[in-house]
Order: sequence, then structure tokens, then C-alpha cells
Amino acid sequence: MRIKVDAEKCEGHSRCYSLAPELVDVDDLGNAFELNDGEVPAGLEDKARLIVDNCPEFAITIEE
Amino acid sequence: MTDTDAVPCPVGDLATDYDMFDAGYVQDPVPAWAELRGTCPIAHTERNGGSWLPTRYEDVQAMARMVPELSSLSPLVVDLPEEIANDPATGIFSGYNSGAPISADPPVQNWTRRILLPHFTPKAIEPLRDYTERLCRDLIDGFVHDGGCDASVDYAEQIPPRLIARKLGIDESRVDQFSEWVRDAGELGQQDPELRVRSRKTIRAFFDAEVADRRSNPADDLISALLESEVDGQPITDEMVVGMCHLQLVAGIETTRSSIGSALWHFAGHEDDRRRMVDADDELWGTAIEELLRFYSPVTMGRNAAEDVEYGGVTFRKGDKVLMNFPGANHDPEVFENPDEVILDRRRNRHIAFGAGIHRCAGSNLARMEMEVALRTWFERIPEFTLANPDAVTWSGGQIRGPRILPVEFD
Ligand code: HEM
Ligand code: SF4
Repeated sequence: MRIKVDAEKCEGHSRCYSLAPELVDVDDLGNAFELNDGEVPAGLEDKARLIVDNCPEFAITIEE
Repeated sequence: MTDTDAVPCPVGDLATDYDMFDAGYVQDPVPAWAELRGTCPIAHTERNGGSWLPTRYEDVQAMARMVPELSSLSPLVVDLPEEIANDPATGIFSGYNSGAPISADPPVQNWTRRILLPHFTPKAIEPLRDYTERLCRDLIDGFVHDGGCDASVDYAEQIPPRLIARKLGIDESRVDQFSEWVRDAGELGQQDPELRVRSRKTIRAFFDAEVADRRSNPADDLISALLESEVDGQPITDEMVVGMCHLQLVAGIETTRSSIGSALWHFAGHEDDRRRMVDADDELWGTAIEELLRFYSPVTMGRNAAEDVEYGGVTFRKGDKVLMNFPGANHDPEVFENPDEVILDRRRNRHIAFGAGIHRCAGSNLARMEMEVALRTWFERIPEFTLANPDAVTWSGGQIRGPRILPVEFD
């Protein structure tokens, strides 16, 4: 599973980072970027879905 | 004037005459939103200067992105009367300096926001966590043996102004004044323009002096850091920095206080949820805080139509006030399953309590950290507590909703 953050949509709420720092980090403006090239480590698939379902800007997507 | 003919809404109390300051609405706005969503999803009232009230998530999300059609130059839910706003003596419309980025449109909004954001990322906020924990423990020490306290006044209200003061580099002895000033500017001032303007002057005079002081004696604090910012190669003006300090006071205190207070109100009255948090793990705390932010979203913002603009079958005339009803959007059943229930482990939760789009709350990571520490520290020390007198609880409403008097009891 891979996740992708759309930098155009992200407004830097950092909610994804607070819920899953294993999967994303944020830059100086709070905007998110994927760790690990977006590759979701085994066992963290649920967390990946959680951050998708919590992003108020609809900026994170999953590519199975 | 507003063209109410264009509104495909029934003539009914709520659709054409909602009142954001009505006592019942302030105490529990959820039924009114539900009714409006079904009958008149973009309602209008002439009350309180006139405004439009969307109640659907989709509409609020869309309106938050209607930039520049909906302007943020006055993000209040009730604008000041024109004769006061335009009086040069108040200095309110002296350019964009009345508190950018919140009361600004692009391009000013972009660069002022860029200057602020690096100071509010999760990593920039983390160093304040220890201080916040100590602060919360000390506050609890002050009342834990009394069998009860006012969870709003003695606890929730005490935390946010201290964090803002600490970040800005202001002595803690000032925090009671901060709370008084923001109450006069917000909770009381929204219906009392004279008081609002007086309080604004007081806040700005205070920061005029602080900013001038940091210009000559830079310190390790946010005011000094902001003064070092450059805009297109030019140093930032003192006036801009005064506006940003002013903004942090009015945006960061009553808001966070309301969220902490609403959460304690919830747990005091909901035994199952309270018991569940006593041994909650990090993951449950994570979703619970987002859920409490969703359910009790404290902040409604305002916009003004920059030109006549149509949306969803309604025409906002130039100058019309449009309310960014983030709290109402967060109860839309189209987006949230069982929206009127608090579900502490809710997993699908794209709430917009911190707004959406370019004005998304710059202080959200600070607010979240304060909420988490305030609630977790409370539960460690006071796991069992109930409302001492439900009838004594009071709520503030309008721009910022949350409990203001909240007596609780515990052993
Ligand atoms: C639970 C507490 C808080 C809530 C619910 C909240 C909510 C909001 C909302 C809804 C907005 C969007 C405004 C708009 O769309 O016009 C906003 C903006 C803002 N908030 Fe917060 N806020 C909170 C705490 C804070 C704190 C602690 C600070 C810190 C100083 C802060 C600083 C700001 C700033 C600077 C903006 C303007 C951002 C911009 O316009 O670009 N807020 N807040
Ligand atoms: S939650 Fe969404 S908008 Fe916020 S930082 Fe993450 S990706 Fe960006």
C-alpha cells in the first residue's frame, strides 16, 4: 500500500502527522509529505486509512 | 439590501430569522442546524446586522474556498457599525494591519501567514509541552482538595493565555488582563461595539509598547522573531507585528478555552465516555480529541461578499455577511455517521473545526497540544467528576461557543 499527499490541496493542518508520524512528516509551514516514498510499512495500513479519512482538505489518497 | 426573493426557503422562524445569540441556540444549536439543513440549507436573517448561515458541510467547505469572492477583511460574525469602523479615531481600517492573516485577503494573507506558520508547526510547539504539563498540575493542585471547582474559570480559562504569553515573551502577571481584554473584544464586544473598540485600543497600545521594546532589546521570543522577518527584502513594520500579536490574543485564548471547557462539560455529564478515558491509550486520545473538536467546534467566522456572487441558488449581495458555520458543517449527516453522537474512537472524521482552505487555523497544533495536555492531566488527577449544578452552567455563543461557568464536583 502507498499513500500520496497532494501538495496543491494540503493546507498544513498537520492532522495526519499528529495521528500517524510513522507515515508522514511536515515541513516548516506544516505541510505534509510522505515518508518512505509513501510506502506504508506492513501493519500500518489502518493508520494510513485513518489519515486519509481525517484530512479536511481531501489531500491524502491511497494507491493499493 | 439583500434579495431575499432568490431564496428557495420557506418563510419560517429559522429559515428567515435565526438568531445566533438566542439563549436556546447558544446552549444547543444542533437541532436548529438539523432543521435548516433539511428545509433551508443557506438561511438568512436580518438580525445582528444581517447574515447568511450555511449548514451543510459541502457548502461550508466550498464557501471557505470562495477567495476572493468572499473577503476576510472583516472576519467578525457581527461587523462593527460603519460609523464606528470608518471613524479614523478607531484606526480599524487603517490598511491591512488589523490582524493579518485572519483579517486579510491574498496577497497580504499569504505572506503574513508564511511568517507565522513556522512558529506553530508540531515541532515548534512540542517544547511547550513540559511547561503546559507543569502549569496544568499546578492549577489542579490549587483546587483538587476542595471537592470541586469551576472547570471553566479555574482551569480551562487559565491555560491558553499563559501559553500565548510565554510564546510572545510577555510576563505571566499579565494573563488576567489578557483574558479580560479578549472577553471585552469578543464575548461581550460582539454585541457592544463601543466596548469592542475600547478593548481593541487597549490591546494595541499594550503591544505597541512591547514591540517597540523588542525592536531595541531583542529577546528569545516570538515578538522578536517576527520583527526579524523580511517582506520582499524589506524589514517588516512594527505595525504589522502589533497586528499579529493582537490576532494571537483574540484567536488563541477564548477558542482554546472553549474547547477544553466543552470537553470537560462533556465528560462531567457522560459517565460512559468519562470512564472510558480513564485508561485510554494514545490512539484513543488522538481520535477523542478530534471528535470533541468536531462535536463542540467553538469557532464560527464571517466573510463579506466582495461583489454580488451566486452560490447554491442564493445571491450574496456585495457587502453581505456570510457565516462560515464550521460547527454546523461538522454535524452534517451526509459526511458524519451519527453526527449528533460523540463517538470517541470515530475514525472517519474530516471535521473543519479549525476551518478549511487558506485561512485554516495557524494555531491548530498549539491548540491541540493544550487540549491534550489539559485533559490528560485532569484525568490523571481527577478521574471521577460530575456537574455540581447543571443549571448554573453558562455558555458563550456567536463567534466563539463554549462554557463560561462550569461548576464540577469530585471527591
Ligand atoms: C481549539 C482552539 C482553536 C480553534 C477551534 C480555532 C479555530 C480557528 C478557525 C476556524 C480559523 C479559521 C478562520 C477563518 O476561516 O477565517 C482560525 C484561524 C486562525 N487561528 Fe485559530 N483556533 C483555535 C486556536 C488558536 C490558537 C491557540 C492560535 C494561536 C495563536 C490560533 C491562531 C489562529 C490564527 C493566526 C488564524 C488565522 C489564520 C489565517 O487567517 O491564515 N488559533 N482558527
Ligand atoms: S491532514 Fe491533510 S491538509 Fe493537513 S497536513 Fe495532512 S495532508 Fe495536509
